[in-house]
Amino acid sequence: MSVINAVTCPICGCLCDDIEITVVENEVVKVKNGCAVCEAKYLGYKSEHRISHPLIRKNDKLVPVSMDEAVHKAAEILANANYPILYGWSSTNCEAQRIGVELAEEVGGVLDNTAVVCHGPSLMGTQEAGIPTSTLGQIRHRADLIIYWGCDPWSAHPRHLERYTSFTEGRFEDSEWKSYINKVKAAAGRKKLLSAQRVSPKKQEISVAESVVFNKPPETLQKEGRKLVVIDVRKSMTAEMADYFIQVEPNKDYELMQAMRAMVKDQDLDVDQVAGVPMEYLKEVVDTLINCKFGVVFFGMGLTQSAGKFRNIEVAISLVRDLNLRTKFVIMPMRGHFNVSGANIVFAWQSGYAFGIDFSLGYPRYNPGETTSMDVLLRGESDAALVIASDPAATFPKRAIQNLVKHPLIVIDPHMNPTAMLGDVVFPSAFVGIEVEGTAYRMDNVPLPLKKVVDPPKGVISDEELLKKILEEVRIIKAQETKNKTEGA
Amino acid sequence: MMQQKLHVTLLTGRTIEQGVGKEYGKSSPEYFEACSMVYMDAEDMKKIGVKNGAKVLVTTPNGSVVLKAVKHPRGSMSGLIYIPYGLWANSIVSNATTSIGMPSFKGTPAEVEAAPDQPILSMRELLKKEFGR
Amino acid sequence: MTEILIKNGFVFDPINGINGEKMDIAINNGKIVESVNSQKAKKIDASGLIVMPGGVDVHTHVAGHEVNTGRMIRPEDHVKDAVRKTVLTRSGVGYSVPSTFVTGYRYSKMGYTTVMNPSMAPLGAKHTHEELNDIPLLDKATFPLIGDWWFVLEYLQKGDLEGCARHVAWMMETTKGYAIKIVNPGGLESWGFGRNVHSIDDVVPNFDITPREIVCGLAKVNKMLNLPHTIHLHTNNLGIPGNYVTTLETMKALESIATEGKPVAHITHVQFSSFGGESWGNLKSAAEEISKYINNHGHITLDMGQIIFSDTTTMTADGPFEFTLYQLSGHKWVNSDVETETSGGIIPMHYKRTSAVNATQWSIGLELALLVKDPWKIFMTTDHPNAGPFFDYPKIIAWLTSKKARMATLKRCHKKAQKKSLLTSISRELSLYELAIVTRAGQAKALGLKGKGHLGAGADADVAIYNINPEKIDIAKKYKTARKAFSSAAYTIKDGQIVVKDGEIVRNVDGRTMWLDVQTREQLKVDEEMKRKFKQYWTVEYENYPVFDHYVKVPEAITVKASV
Repeated sequence: MSVINAVTCPICGCLCDDIEITVVENEVVKVKNGCAVCEAKYLGYKSEHRISHPLIRKNDKLVPVSMDEAVHKAAEILANANYPILYGWSSTNCEAQRIGVELAEEVGGVLDNTAVVCHGPSLMGTQEAGIPTSTLGQIRHRADLIIYWGCDPWSAHPRHLERYTSFTEGRFEDSEWKSYINKVKAAAGRKKLLSAQRVSPKKQEISVAESVVFNKPPETLQKEGRKLVVIDVRKSMTAEMADYFIQVEPNKDYELMQAMRAMVKDQDLDVDQVAGVPMEYLKEVVDTLINCKFGVVFFGMGLTQSAGKFRNIEVAISLVRDLNLRTKFVIMPMRGHFNVSGANIVFAWQSGYAFGIDFSLGYPRYNPGETTSMDVLLRGESDAALVIASDPAATFPKRAIQNLVKHPLIVIDPHMNPTAMLGDVVFPSAFVGIEVEGTAYRMDNVPLPLKKVVDPPKGVISDEELLKKILEEVRIIKAQETKNKTEGA
Repeated sequence: MMQQKLHVTLLTGRTIEQGVGKEYGKSSPEYFEACSMVYMDAEDMKKIGVKNGAKVLVTTPNGSVVLKAVKHPRGSMSGLIYIPYGLWANSIVSNATTSIGMPSFKGTPAEVEAAPDQPILSMRELLKKEFGR
Repeated sequence: MTEILIKNGFVFDPINGINGEKMDIAINNGKIVESVNSQKAKKIDASGLIVMPGGVDVHTHVAGHEVNTGRMIRPEDHVKDAVRKTVLTRSGVGYSVPSTFVTGYRYSKMGYTTVMNPSMAPLGAKHTHEELNDIPLLDKATFPLIGDWWFVLEYLQKGDLEGCARHVAWMMETTKGYAIKIVNPGGLESWGFGRNVHSIDDVVPNFDITPREIVCGLAKVNKMLNLPHTIHLHTNNLGIPGNYVTTLETMKALESIATEGKPVAHITHVQFSSFGGESWGNLKSAAEEISKYINNHGHITLDMGQIIFSDTTTMTADGPFEFTLYQLSGHKWVNSDVETETSGGIIPMHYKRTSAVNATQWSIGLELALLVKDPWKIFMTTDHPNAGPFFDYPKIIAWLTSKKARMATLKRCHKKAQKKSLLTSISRELSLYELAIVTRAGQAKALGLKGKGHLGAGADADVAIYNINPEKIDIAKKYKTARKAFSSAAYTIKDGQIVVKDGEIVRNVDGRTMWLDVQTREQLKVDEEMKRKFKQYWTVEYENYPVFDHYVKVPEAITVKASV
C-alpha cells in the first residue's frame, strides 16, 4: 500500500493539487480531500466502459485489431483527407497537445479544442477588451466581494469556494464559513419558530439566501469581511449560499451589465428596472461593488452561451475595467475541463492562436465562424476527423455530429463514450493524471504537474505516444506518395 | 386551467450528478439518470398536468426528446426549463452559432407537454436514432 | 564533430580586443579553437564579410504567461505576418508577439544566438520553460521576478540578509532561473490592492519596507551569492514624466554597495526611466542628466529600450504602469497579478512619428546610447516588444552608426520633438567595433556569460557573419545597406553548426536553457514550518511548485559558489 500526496486532480478547472490517493496493488482504494466528482473519477475510472483494444469498424461493427493496423488506418485517413478536423484536447496533458499541433500542421487540418463550446467566446471577448485578472491566490488573500455570474461552482467546480474564495483563510481576509453556518442555523431556527407559531409550511420559505430579486439587498452586503453575490437566471445551488442572489431575466445579462457600467460612472438611468432587477436595489449593489476593497467576478456558460455570447464577456470585462477606476477588481472565466486552458496556451504559443486554427493553407489562420470546428461541421466541409480527450457526440448539437459521422472518424479516449461508439477507428488511451503524468494549466493559467499513481492496463498507452505513432505514420505515407508521384512522372 | 403545451426558454448546463455520472462512464446508469431529465418550475408543471418524475416531451425547431420532469428544488424558475448537458439535451439544442462557433446552448425557445406513454430512449437507442450507429 | 574554418573575414571581437583584423576563426566540436586541420575542415569564405560573435540580447520578452497572453489577445497583429511551414521549419506568426518557433528563426536570421527572457513569475515558471523549449536555434535563460516576493519582503524587513540569500539561491534552482529581476519594487505588492509607490522611500502597505530597502537588500544578496549577472532592475515611476529623478536616486542609493568599480545593478530599458519635464505636455529628455551620471560612475550598466515607430504590444510586470497606459489610451488592457509574487499588464501600443511624446521617447533612447561614452555600459534593446519588435533591430543599428540615418528619421518626426532633440547636436557614430560591444560583447560581459559574446579559444562557437565589407562600404553613409546586411546574416553558426545561410534557415538545432545552481554553505531548511507557510501563501502545494528537471529540454546548469 502506498499513500501519494499532492496529487493533482484531472477533472475541472480548479485543478486541486492537494488530493491524497491510497493505492493497493495498482488500484486506487481511497481518495482524500477530493470532491464527489474527483472521487467518482479515481474510484470509478476502471469501469467496464474502458476500451481495452484498438478497434476498426468493419461491416458496421467495431472489431479489435492490432495497434499497427489501427495506426496505419488512422494515418491513411488523415494523410489523404483534404480538410480534416482535429478536435478535443482539453482532457489530456500539454505534452500530447504539442503533438496535436504538429499533426494538424502536417495534415493541413483544422485544430480546435472544447473552448469552442465553452469559453471560446471569453477568449474572443478578451481579444476585444483585454482582461483585468489575477491568479486564484489573490482572491484568497485579498477579495472581500466575490461575485459568481452565470455559473454555479457548487455543481461544476465543487471545491472552488473552499479552496479559493469565500471559505478560505487569506493573509488579509478571513473565511466566511462560520458566518455561513450561523446563517444556516438561523434559518433552521426560524423554521422551528414559525412552526411553533402555527405558521403554515408554505409560508415558511426556508432559504438561506435571504433575498430573491424582489427583496431588498440585505444589510450583510455592507458588512466587513467577505461577501458573496450570485447572479443567475434561476436559483442555483451556489445561489443558496449567497449573501445576495439576483435573478436576472434570461438573455438580459448584457443590459444589466451595461446599466451597472453607467452607474459605476455616476450616470443616472431613467428606468424602473433593468433585466428584471429594480433600479433602487441595483443602485445598492453597485455601491457595494464600488466600496469593496477587492472584488472579483467569476463567470461561466450563463454568459458565454446565452444571447450575446462573446459580447456579454466583452461587457463584463468592460464593467470590471471601469470598476478599476474606483477600486481593485478582477474577472476570471470558470474554465471547465482540467486542461482546456493548457490547450489554448499550447496552441497559442506554437501557432499564435488559441482555438479554431485552420492549417490548410500551410500557415495558421483564425477566424471564428469560419475556421471554428463547429461551423466547419455544420457547413459539412470537413472530410475526416480525429477526436481526442473530449466527447463532442455528447456536447455538440445533433446536426454537427450527423455531419461528423458522414466521414471517417478517428477517436482516442479511455472510455467507450458516445463519440467512440460512433467512431471508425478507435484507440484506447491511458488516463492523464491517474495512469500518465504530464502538465496541465489551471483556470487561472497556473501550470501544475499531474502525477501517475497507477499503471495503465496492459496494451494501453498514453495520448502522447499514440499521436506520435500516428504522426510518424502520416509522414511515411506522405513521403511514399510523393515518391510515387515523382517516380510516376 | 390546464394547458396542452407550455412555451418556455430552454437552458442546458452542468449538475453535480451529471459530473459524477460522466466519470463513471457515459454508458453508466448514473449518467443516464443524471442526463435524461429536465428541471422545471413547480407551478409550470401543474399547468400542463405533470407530476414530479413524470415524462414530458420537449420540442424545439431542431427536434424533440422525451425526458423525466423534476421539480426545481430552489425557488421559482417560471418559464424556464433546465436540461443537464448530454446527448438528450443535444438532440434538441440550437445549432445557431451566430458566426462565432458557439451554438446557443442557453436561452432558446422550446415547448413542453406531458408524454406519459412515450419512452425515454437509452443512450444507445438515441445514438442509433440520430446517427444510425 | 565538424571542423569549420572561417577564412579571411574582418573579425570584430571586442572582449579579445580584435578590431576588424582580417583573420581566420577555427571551430571544432562546437567550440572556438586555436586552429583546425585546414584540409579536413569545412571552409567558409568570409572575404569581404564581417565576422562577429553571435548576437546576445540581454532583455527580450519571448516566453511565458505574459507573452502568451499577449499572443492570445492580438490575432489582428498575427494576421499581418503569417509564416508558412517549410520542410525544415514550423509554421507560425510573426510581428510584435511572434509564436515560439518563429521567434527562434527570426532571431537566428539576424545572427543572434543567445537571448535572455527577463520576466518570469515563479509560480508560472514551468510555463516559461515549456515555451523556451520551443524556441529553436537560440541559447536562453530567464530571470525570476523576486522584488515583490513576500518571502523577500519579510526577510529584508527583518534585516536577515543571509536568510534572504539562502532563499534566493533556492529560488534560482526551483525556477531554473539566471538572475534576480526586480520590477517597480514595492509597487507590485501595492498594486495587489490597486495602489502604487511613487518614490523609493514610500512605505509599501502591509509590509513596512521601502523600494530603496528592497533594491539595496537584493543588490547585497546578489553580491553574497556571487551571481554572474547583477540585479536586473526596472525602476520605480517608469514611464512617468519627470521620473529621471527617481532613476538617479536609485542609482545613488546603490553607490555604497559597489566595490572595485564593478557593476552592482543593471537598469533595463532605461529610455522609459529618463523622462524630464512635468507632464505629457512638456515631456523632455533627461538623457543628459542620466548619461552624465553614468559617465562618472562604474556601478551601473544599462540597456536602451529603444522606440521603433511601429504597432507593437507592451507587456511588463509593472501592473500599475500598464493601468496608466490603459487610462491614457483606452486600449484593450490585460492585468495579471500573481499571488504572493508579482503582477503584470499588457496593452497594445502604436508609436508614431507624429506624436510629440513618442518622437521624444525615440530621441531619448538614441541620445542615451550616444552620450554614454563607454559602450560597455549601455546595450541595444527594444525591451521587445515594449518599445518595438526585435526584428527592427537593424533600424537601431543604422541610427547608432549613421547620423544621416538618424536625421532622416528625425526630420519626419513631430516638430516639437525635433526642436527638443539633442540628436541634432550629436555627431558621434558608433564604429563596427563599438556596435559589436552594444549588441553582443557588452551584453555577454554584463551577464557573466563566459562562453558568449567573444571568439577567443574556448568560447561557444556562436558566430554571425554579415555581408558588409568595411574596406568598401562606409556604413555611416550607406546605412540602408547596413540595415539590410544586419537583417539577414550571411551565416549564423550555432554551437559550431551552420544554421542560417544567406538569411535562410538551413538547419534546425535545439538551444540550451542556462540556469544557476547556486551552492550556499548552508542549504535552505525546507522543514514543516516552511511547508506550512508555503501552503498559506500559495494555492499550490510545495511539492508541485518547482520546475522539475524534465521541464527543461536541454539544460545547462551553471554552478555558482556563494559566499554565504
